Amino acid sequence: MAPAGRPATTGAAVADAAVADRGLVACPDCDLLQRLPLVPLRQTARCARCRAPLWRHKPDSLERTLALALAAAILLLIANVVPMLGLSVAGREAFTTVVGGVVAMWREGSQVVAMLVLFAAVIAPAVEIACLLLVVLAVRRPPAPHWVATLLHGYEFVREWSMIEIMLLGVLVALIKIAELATVIPGLALFVLGSLVFLLAAMAATFDPRLAWERIEWAAGSDQGGGARALR
Amino acid sequence: MSTAGFVSARALGLAGCEACGLVVRLPAAGGVDHCPRCGERLHSRRPASIERSWALAITALVLYVPANLLPVMTTNTPLGAVSDTIMQGVVELWSPTSWPLAIVVFVASVTIPLGKLIALAYLLLTVQRGSVRSNAQRVRLYRLLRFIGRWSMLDVFVDTFVVALIQLRPLMWVEPGAGVIFFAGVVVVTMLAVNSFDPRLIWDLPQQERHGDG
Repeated sequence: MAPAGRPATTGAAVADAAVADRGLVACPDCDLLQRLPLVPLRQTARCARCRAPLWRHKPDSLERTLALALAAAILLLIANVVPMLGLSVAGREAFTTVVGGVVAMWREGSQVVAMLVLFAAVIAPAVEIACLLLVVLAVRRPPAPHWVATLLHGYEFVREWSMIEIMLLGVLVALIKIAELATVIPGLALFVLGSLVFLLAAMAATFDPRLAWERIEWAAGSDQGGGARALR
Repeated sequence: MSTAGFVSARALGLAGCEACGLVVRLPAAGGVDHCPRCGERLHSRRPASIERSWALAITALVLYVPANLLPVMTTNTPLGAVSDTIMQGVVELWSPTSWPLAIVVFVASVTIPLGKLIALAYLLLTVQRGSVRSNAQRVRLYRLLRFIGRWSMLDVFVDTFVVALIQLRPLMWVEPGAGVIFFAGVVVVTMLAVNSFDPRLIWDLPQQERHGDG
């Protein structure tokens, strides 16, 4: 683990220069002002006070994220069109997809819950992947136009609500609950979703938001280099 | 851990943008400002963080009662209908082979939401009292809450897929109960409550807190 940044020294003189200094960070968890140290590859700089991870030096972040996001997009598409679970009882068979679960919940009268499941299991992962895909494509040629910032905000917002891994565990529990009543047939989508869980985790771990932000055009004019705008 | 020797961004009139991380000088007069890089609203501390967290936590606690008392699903057979609450679902799942899953569901549906509310109340109370003790442990507790909160959604997914699969009218079919909506509400509202809490408040010294800015 890399040594944590030195706490900034007190004084107004430091503060004036501080904002122009792009190596300066304020810890998101404790607001400690500190300078990011030189971080060796694959190591994480942590906050000197609360140990929150500040930045991880990731190799080929943008290229690798692009590859993983592309793969995740394809898997998500497959996972939502092929059957996920089948049921066989007394000679009758029934299959359902993820959206099939949402539709059943809707029809049975729990529309609010149906929408929540649709959002957490389908829409949020799709938005997460799509936003990140567009962001890594757009920042390949800096400066990326400012609408990319909106996509990056969208990605950060939706990540917490994208719950494929939780849904998969839920399906597993449902499967065991049903197994005593009928024969359950696992569908292809179940395995695709299983792989997608790992892909999404890898995608989030590979992406370096700090690097992406540095390549996006500023909201307040196109002043990329100087800290003049931040200083005002 | 002592806060002596450390300088917060706020003490120097600066703020780290919560969206993109850029360190920006806040306007001296106060008021709303936007990050020059990403355009997000800037604030040294999230506005009305404590009030919002409390309001959402209390809402979640109120929803928690019907979420546990009302049935989350009803199983219909020609012989009649059986309704299950979350706890009854856990008990039914308990068997020599599937007991580990019963524990997982119990932890995700009962322990995590309640534990989260207790922990959040502890964080809010200590911040309001201006506590300066065990800051490092408290911020770790906050990170734990953010990490595990989503897993409470488990039972919502379980109910959804049981309902989706067991639709074999007139032999047997399952309907969602009113409890699911309340339970989903508990999960969403507790997540919002934790998101409203600003962990940087933990490190603020009592005299700084009275200024209360946006």
